[in-house]
Amino acid sequence: MATQFVIDGLKAAIEGKEILKGINLEIKGGEIHAIMGPNGTGKSTLASALMGHPKYEVTEGTAVLNGEDLLEMAVDERARAGLFLAMQYPSEIPGVTNSDFLRSAINARREEGSEISLIKFIRQMEGKMKELEMNPEFAHRYLNEGFSGGEKKRNEILQMTLLDPKIVVLDEIDSGLDIDALKIVSNGVNAMRSEDRGFLIITHYQRLLNYITPDFVHVMMQGRIVKSGGPELAQRLENEGYDWVKEELGIVDETVGQA
Amino acid sequence: MSTQLSTPTDRQSAEALARSKGEPQWLVDLRGEAAELAGTLEWPKPEKIRIDRWNLTAVGNYEQGQAAASVGELPSVVTELVAEGTESLIVQQNSTIAWKQVSAELAAKGVIFTDLETACKEHADLVQPYLFKAIDKGDNKLTALHAALWNGGVFVYVPRNVEVELPLQAILYNNKSEAAFAPHILIVAESNSKVTYVDYVVSEPGTTTEPFVHHSVVEVFVKSGAHVRFGSIHHMADNGVDLTLRRSIIENDGRMEWVIGDLNDGNTLSDTTSHLKGNGSNSDAKVITIGQNDQKMSLTTQAVHFGRSSESDMVTRAVMKDSATAIINGITKIEKGATKANGVQTEKVLMLSPKARGDANPILLIDEDDVKAGHAASVGQVNPEQVYYLMSRGITKQDAERLIIYGFLAPVVSEIPIDAVREQLQRLLERKLEG
Ligand SMILES: Nc1ncnc2c1ncn2[C@@H]1O[C@H](COP(=O)(O)OP(=O)(O)O)[C@@H](O)[C@H]1O
Ligand SMILES: [Mg+2]
Repeated sequence: MATQFVIDGLKAAIEGKEILKGINLEIKGGEIHAIMGPNGTGKSTLASALMGHPKYEVTEGTAVLNGEDLLEMAVDERARAGLFLAMQYPSEIPGVTNSDFLRSAINARREEGSEISLIKFIRQMEGKMKELEMNPEFAHRYLNEGFSGGEKKRNEILQMTLLDPKIVVLDEIDSGLDIDALKIVSNGVNAMRSEDRGFLIITHYQRLLNYITPDFVHVMMQGRIVKSGGPELAQRLENEGYDWVKEELGIVDETVGQA
Repeated sequence: MSTQLSTPTDRQSAEALARSKGEPQWLVDLRGEAAELAGTLEWPKPEKIRIDRWNLTAVGNYEQGQAAASVGELPSVVTELVAEGTESLIVQQNSTIAWKQVSAELAAKGVIFTDLETACKEHADLVQPYLFKAIDKGDNKLTALHAALWNGGVFVYVPRNVEVELPLQAILYNNKSEAAFAPHILIVAESNSKVTYVDYVVSEPGTTTEPFVHHSVVEVFVKSGAHVRFGSIHHMADNGVDLTLRRSIIENDGRMEWVIGDLNDGNTLSDTTSHLKGNGSNSDAKVITIGQNDQKMSLTTQAVHFGRSSESDMVTRAVMKDSATAIINGITKIEKGATKANGVQTEKVLMLSPKARGDANPILLIDEDDVKAGHAASVGQVNPEQVYYLMSRGITKQDAERLIIYGFLAPVVSEIPIDAVREQLQRLLERKLEG
């Protein structure tokens, strides 16, 4: 079955404040959607609500991936159903090596008794690390501990490539990356493009979209998608900023949930 | 069975036992004096925990055991710990030595690795100047009692400039509650020598049916420029009480590393102290523990700085389950004159049960101005952000928490230099965390 992901009327709150005010979005396998918008407009909240972060409460709506509502599932079940979120701020986990973590994540998708062999795992991991130009020592470092911003982002992409998800959400994957790293990460994403995988790329710069060409571009303000278009929309935002969108829609303050 | 005396020994019986074992006169005298002191001194009084309420009398009786003809004859609790291909191993069963060997290569270099009772007879010139010199037998009832009654034990002597490549290993186990089990470990590393010693102190499962007390003292002398790594895992049965005091004296530019797993099932008093006597001396201590059931523990790490530019780092990590109690003391003491000393300590407690208690008490005692000192202490639960992150990769909640808890204990596990011991430690942690 071709991948299909439908977000319908999604509302979410944090600490009792409603942040997402009804998100509708459909992503098919093979498509790349970009969500753009200034800081504080609810982009990360969308990503976190989809993944099931414990602080975010979904109050309405569904997010159906190939017939199953992710919002009914626990976080780990969402992941095993095929959702992957490259986080804006990945956690650091002292004492757990990157490779032990990755192997646990791969084996979580396999039946007991058919775990990936150590040799096969190492070969896969090392191969992908090489493609991402990661120093092999990162396999033995503790998960994200002491990684620079850029190293964490590469590590997120490494996980994405090893876990083979159906829907990938990248939250500000470009922040903290220099131009070389940006190219490497973009190549990693482009190599993963396929008919049965959909992408949702969250960014507030157009820069990343020079390397990963989206099929659809959406603008988020005040916890809603306020405008959608093709790649040309991203280009216009890059050239002219967000003010014209605000003017067009009569928005004064684009943020959401701020006192 | 031991009787309910306030002190389970007296001068006469301590001396008689020493004589019956053919111990040299100086040791007979030492034991006699210690037994007398034991009658007058008080038990140690660690912070916030009353060890005098524990059953401290069941120190057992000295029991002459049989030496094994080969390592293979020893019970699996021992054999599964033995480093593959090792040629340097000491095994103590209850009160006496069941196996000992040292590689010919080390012996040829002048390294001594034997049980302490034998060393007192055969190397008195090397033992006597050090025995009970790091820890005074008159410190308290525990030190005195131990001096009177210690048995078996380990003596390590490394001559100047000799580097011992492979770890020296000792396995100290008991399998009978009534038998005295009180090893004393003495390590002397001469100038610019280097050695790693690893022991495992354990009860053979299902054998110690009555309460017992294991009391032990570790003394380490790190001479100038020497480097000693000391690893020790304690895993005795829940009806045992473990009273263990460890102390090292570190000379100029010497380095001491402690890697301790206090993983008993019963009550535990553990004190690991470094005296940074020399200029440029250095000490690093890492301690982990898991508290379970209604176990009570007092765990202290201590660094006392005398030398200029001496440095210490102490880390204790405790995972607390059920209704267990751990009082964790970190004491950094910098004496006047220890200029440019730097002492840091961290105590971290991970609480897995609302009924458990884990107190972290960082204590800095500083009598010199020109120093650095730092401490960090935290008591908390498994971080939900970390659980979320791992779960977002498909890992179940249970596995996510398990990974985080193992990760919390990793600083000690990863430092154990013998594969067999590290693997056994890992199995032990699994049992304790899952059980
Ligand atoms: N952890 C949080 N605690 C409280 N409020 C939050 C938290 N995260 C987000 N918010 C609120 O949600 C709003 C949107 O944040 P976010 O989704 O992170 O925006 P974006 O990713 O678009 O910059 C913020 O302005 C803030 O008011
Ligand atoms: Mg954001």
